[in-house]
Amino acid sequence: MTAGAGARPVVLRVAEVTRRFGDLLANDAITFDLHQGEVVALLGENGAGKTTLMNILFGHYTADAGTVEVFGRPLPPGQPRAALEAGVGMVHQHFTLAENLTVLENIVLGTESLWRPLARQAAARARVERLSRDFGLAVHPDARVGALSVGERQRVEILKALYRDARILILDEPTAVLTPQEAEALFATLRAMVAQGLSVIFISHKMHEVLAISNRVLVLRHGRLVGERATAETGAQELARLMVGADIALPEPRAHSPGAVLLRLSGVKTEPRGRTAGLRGLDLALRAGQITGLAGVSGNGQAALAAVIAGLDAPVEGTLEIAGQVPAAWSPRAAIHAGIGRIPEDRHAEGTIADFTLTENAMLERMAEPPFARAGLIDWAAARRFAERVIADYDVRCPGPDAPIRLLSGGNMQKLILGRALEFGPRIILANQPVRGLDIGAVAYVQRRLIAARDAGAAILLISEDLDEIQAMSDVIHVISEGRLSPPFARGEKTAHELGQWMAGHGFEGADAA
Amino acid sequence: MMEILDILVSATFWTAVIRIMSPLLFATMGELICERAGVLNLGIEGIMVVGAFAGWMAVYSGLGLWPGVAVAMLSGMAFGLLHSTLTVPFGLSQHVVGLGVTLLATAATYFTYRLALPQVSSPPRIQPFTEWPVPVLSEIPVIGPAVFSQTPLTYLAYAVAALTAWVLYRTPLGLALRAAGENPAAVEAQGLSVVALRMGAVILGSGLMAVGGAFLTMSAFNSFFFEMVNGRGWICIALVVFGAWRPGKAALGALLFAAFDALQIRLQQTGLGQHVPYQVFLMLPYALSILALVVMSRRAEVPAALMVPFNKGAR
Repeated sequence: MTAGAGARPVVLRVAEVTRRFGDLLANDAITFDLHQGEVVALLGENGAGKTTLMNILFGHYTADAGTVEVFGRPLPPGQPRAALEAGVGMVHQHFTLAENLTVLENIVLGTESLWRPLARQAAARARVERLSRDFGLAVHPDARVGALSVGERQRVEILKALYRDARILILDEPTAVLTPQEAEALFATLRAMVAQGLSVIFISHKMHEVLAISNRVLVLRHGRLVGERATAETGAQELARLMVGADIALPEPRAHSPGAVLLRLSGVKTEPRGRTAGLRGLDLALRAGQITGLAGVSGNGQAALAAVIAGLDAPVEGTLEIAGQVPAAWSPRAAIHAGIGRIPEDRHAEGTIADFTLTENAMLERMAEPPFARAGLIDWAAARRFAERVIADYDVRCPGPDAPIRLLSGGNMQKLILGRALEFGPRIILANQPVRGLDIGAVAYVQRRLIAARDAGAAILLISEDLDEIQAMSDVIHVISEGRLSPPFARGEKTAHELGQWMAGHGFEGADAA
Repeated sequence: MMEILDILVSATFWTAVIRIMSPLLFATMGELICERAGVLNLGIEGIMVVGAFAGWMAVYSGLGLWPGVAVAMLSGMAFGLLHSTLTVPFGLSQHVVGLGVTLLATAATYFTYRLALPQVSSPPRIQPFTEWPVPVLSEIPVIGPAVFSQTPLTYLAYAVAALTAWVLYRTPLGLALRAAGENPAAVEAQGLSVVALRMGAVILGSGLMAVGGAFLTMSAFNSFFFEMVNGRGWICIALVVFGAWRPGKAALGALLFAAFDALQIRLQQTGLGQHVPYQVFLMLPYALSILALVVMSRRAEVPAALMVPFNKGAR
C-alpha cells in the first residue's frame, strides 16, 4: 500500500465479481478497491479478463456473481446508464463513436431528455470548449468524427466522460493506437484529472506505461487477480512474472548480414481509399535475410503498401520489381507464385473464413493448384495431410483439422496462418501486425519463427503500430506517414522519441515548412 | 416539344404532381426514419396496403375521416411492432422479415376484405377528403392551385416531412436515432436503449407508411382496389437512397418521381402516344428513377449500421 492511498476515501469497491463465457471463466471472484485521486493500473495479457471486468463495471455485461459499489452505493448490474449516473466513465479500446456525426453530437448524445423540442447547442459547445481547455484535450467541436485522427478520437471519448461529470474514468488499452508523443499528452491529461480528485483505472499490457502512470498495479491472469503491488515498490520483472506466470523471454534477433534485394518499389503511387492514405511516390527495398520494420500510426498508408505487395492493388505510378524483374501481371495469385508469404493484418476478416475448417483454411491460398487440386478436383487427402502437418509443426492447439477455425483462439489462428504462409518457403514475407492481440507466449513463438525465416534468407516486411515490437525485431526501420516513407534507419539509430517525431509527420521533405 | 412545354406550365399538371407525391412523401419519411435508426423496413409495400384498406374500411364502417386516418396509422404501427420485434431484439435478417411482413400484410388485407365484404362485385365507395384551398396562398398563380389547393391530408404530408427534418437534426431524440443507425455501441455507451430507439423508429415509421397507403383510398380515390399500392412502397425505398437519407432531398426525389409519373400519363394522350406503345410511357418514371439513383447515390452516406443487428453484451 502506498502512503496516503489508504487514507483517501474509497470511490469504487469491486467484490467477488465472477463471469463465465461458456466454459471460459473470464473473471474469477475478483475483489479490489479504488481510492479517490489515484491511478490504478490493471495489467494482464490479452484474454486475462481485463476488458470483461471493466465491461461489468460499466454495465455492458452482467456479472454471474459479485457486487460493485460506487461511492458506497451498490451499482445495479447491466445498466450503462446507471454507471454513467453514478459517475463512471469509460473509454473503450474500440471507440464507441458515430463517425458520421460531429464531435459535439457524439458528446451530447444521451445527455439531454429525448423529448426536448430543441437541442441546447450553444451551452453544450461552451462546456465542451471549457473542458478541452482545462484538461488539454484539443479537438474541434464541429469536426466530423470520421475525419479525426485516432488520437483526437480518443480525446473525444475522454471529453464524453468528463462532460457527464465522471469521477471515475476507465481507460481500456488507451495507448495501443497512439504515438509516443500522443501517449505523453494523454498521461499529462490523466495527471491533471487525478490532481482534481478524479480516479482512473488504466488497463494495459505495456509494462513501461503502467510503471510511468500508476500508483498501484493489479495483475490479472486467466481471469484471476494474481497480484497487487504499489507501483513504487515493484518493477518490470516482477510484474511480467506475475502476468505470465513464468519467465518468457521475447526473442532478440542477432545481427545478420543482408543479401540481395528481393523486392523493390520505385516511386510507387496509389489512390487514397476512404480514410486511409494512398502512397505518394514511395521507394522501398526488401533484402534477403533482413527484417524491415515499418513503423507508423495506422491509416498512414500501411494498408495501401501491403495491398500493393500482396497483389491486391497495382501502383498507379512507379514500378514493383521481384528479384530485379518487373512481373508481367500483378495479382494476389501472381504474388503467391512470386514467393510472397502473407500474414494479413486482420486474421478474422482477411486471413481466415470463420466457418471453414482448419483444412479448408490451410489450403485456401492454393486451392486451385497442386498438391491440393488435380484435374480440377480437390484432393482432400492431400489438403488434410498439409493441415495436419501445419497443426503439428506450428503447435496449433485445436480440436482437429476438421473443426471450424472460429473455435480457435487468436494465437492459434495466427499460428495456422503463419504455418500456411511459411510452409511453402516464401522468399518474401509480408507480416502485417503479426502479433497484435496475442498472448506473450504466442508472441514469442511467432517472432521466433519470423526470425528463423529471416536467418534462412527470407526478406521480411514487418508492419506494426507497436513501436516496441518494431524496434526489437527490425534490422532496419522505415517510418510511414501520410503515404510517405522515411529514409531507412539502422537498428538503434533512432530513439522511440525520434521515431515518434517522424510518425507525427516531422522530418519529411517539405513537411515542416507546411 | 411544344406539347410538353404546354403540359409543364399548366396548373392542372402540377396539381396532379402534388397529389401523386403526397402518399410517397408519407411513406418515404416513414422509411427514412426506420433506416436512419438502422433498420431497413421492406415491409413498406404491405404496410401501405394495410393502411389503404384499414382507413377506407374504418370510414366505410361509419367512422369519420380523421379517425379513419388514425385507424390506418395504428394498423401500420401494429405491423411495425411485429417487424421490429423480430428484427431488433431478436436480430433476425431484416430482408427476410421485411419481405415476410409485406407478404403477410398484403395477404391478410385481401383475406379481411373478402371476409368483410363477401358478396360485392365492385368495392363500395366512401366520401373522401375534399380539397381545402388555403386562404390567400392558394391564389398565387400556378403554385397556389398546385400546392395550396389540395386535401388536408396533403398538408399533413408537408408537415410530416418538415417535422421529420426538424426532429432528426434539431432535437436530442433525432440525434439519438441517427446515432443508433451509425453506431449502436455508441448509443449504448451513452446509457440509451438501442432496442427502444430502433423499435420506436420502426413502429412510428410504419405508421407513416400506412397513412401513405390511406391517402390512396381516402384522398386520391374513394375506394379500395387490389393492387392499388402497385409498387409505391418499393419506390419509396429507392427515394430514401436517392435522397441520401436526408428528408429534404428525399422529398425532392418524391416530387421528381411524381412529376415523371404525371408527365407520362399526359404524354400518352399527345401525338407521340399514337406512335409509341403506352408501356414505354408507363416505364418512363421508373427508368428515369433508376438513372437518377445511379447518378445521385454515388457518394451517398449510408447510415453505417444500417441492417446491422445490435446484440447487447455479445462477444
